[in-house]
Amino acid sequence: MSEQFEPVIIGFTCNWCSYRAADLAGTSRIKYPPNVRLIRLMCSGRLDPTFVIKALAGGADGVLITGCHPGECHYLDQNYKAMRRYLLLRRTLVQMGIEPQRVKLVWASAAEGARLASEITKLVEEIRLLGPLNWPTSTNGKVELIESMEVPA
Amino acid sequence: MTASSNGKPKFAMYWASSCGGCEIAVLNIHEKILDVDANFEVVFWPVAMDAKYKDVEAMPDGSILLTLFNGAIRNDENAHMAQLLRRKSQILVAFGSCANEGCMPALANLSSVQEIIDTAYSTITTDNPQGIRPQPNYTVPEGDLHIPTLYPIVRTLDQVVKVDYYMPGCPPESHQIAAVIDLVVKVLHGEAQLPPSGSVIGAGNSTVCDECTRQRDVKTIKEFKRIQHVMLDTQVCILEQGVLCSGPATRSGCKALCPAAGSPCIGCYGPAEGVLDYGARLISAVASVIDSNDPAEIDRILDGIPDPAGMFYRFNLAGSVLRASKSAWLNKPS
Repeated sequence: MSEQFEPVIIGFTCNWCSYRAADLAGTSRIKYPPNVRLIRLMCSGRLDPTFVIKALAGGADGVLITGCHPGECHYLDQNYKAMRRYLLLRRTLVQMGIEPQRVKLVWASAAEGARLASEITKLVEEIRLLGPLNWPTSTNGKVELIESMEVPA
Repeated sequence: MTASSNGKPKFAMYWASSCGGCEIAVLNIHEKILDVDANFEVVFWPVAMDAKYKDVEAMPDGSILLTLFNGAIRNDENAHMAQLLRRKSQILVAFGSCANEGCMPALANLSSVQEIIDTAYSTITTDNPQGIRPQPNYTVPEGDLHIPTLYPIVRTLDQVVKVDYYMPGCPPESHQIAAVIDLVVKVLHGEAQLPPSGSVIGAGNSTVCDECTRQRDVKTIKEFKRIQHVMLDTQVCILEQGVLCSGPATRSGCKALCPAAGSPCIGCYGPAEGVLDYGARLISAVASVIDSNDPAEIDRILDGIPDPAGMFYRFNLAGSVLRASKSAWLNKPS
């Protein structure tokens, strides 16, 4: 039995599009890897960047953010706000040493079950290649070991 | 036993990894400092009086009533003093931004310790022809010398010891310090009660924007500008004028001093009530007012923020959810 790395990915979905796309993928029996744990929000605009940071700090290897296609937001234009926040957050995360591929933004309408499934499959493979993130705050005891380690000058 | 021979409760103040601004802010309460002297016996305060660490070590545990601890935990000396003063004090206050959330010293958490030391001792601005590096232990004819050793990650005080109260600010505003001293004196005389343990004291519960008197309208930003490149309108919200202002994420308590003086809030009072990650909250606020729906244009506008992590975590990196960059955690240059 091969010991393949199975990434943990937190996926944020919008109630009006991508959550239904995931539902559609399920009822259409489209297969996608079980590595992604979906969380439903009312809108991608509800996605506080804190959620992404907390997921990564808590042990996730990647985060998927999904929302309605530009121009199709149930709340007019909140998905644009999600996009702006995503672009700025990604720049910040790069400075923290987190590869930009670990956080991905995907648009998927309620009819696009197949598209969502294929994007999830692609993301899982990309993150599998990157390897585990293992952010130190996610492992009990390890943090204390690192932070109290004395470094000779 | 908290009272000294003259019957007054004991007071201490200590600086760990900090700049000394907190001490100046305390002295800046003017004649109120006499209240401190009238009500307390100052037993340990390196910036103001002579005392040795061994004097503190000799005190009975819990014998100091109130210790204001400023500064982050950067090295083993800071950690030792944090643990020592925790043991000796009944009330330990994380005083100022460094002790609360890391402040400037914690920006070191963006780099590995090795990079920091290399930069300090071997870059072109350093005159060090023999490549001398500090040694933690060194023997001289008079005996063995030990200098503090750096930790890879700068920590906040409450990441090392239990903290009773949090008093934010870089430094805490003098009127807030005076108010806290008034309260403590009242408590000593039985005229008031201490707030619940773990409270933030000497600050507001809202944001700096809430205290700011500038006019606010719809924010639509096409370009982020550096403050030295614009003549700011004195009445209008600074963020609306395209200059980054940290007011939306920052705890109130300073009376919006910087915006009133024509300078953006830089976030020294730390996260507003209920904010888990200061930088994430500010990213959220700043990004949502960008006036574009085109990813390429948004990226061009974001180029106006050359150092997002330094900007959004200027005071808060050690206290943030990620706490440090990967290269700092692993002590490997990025």
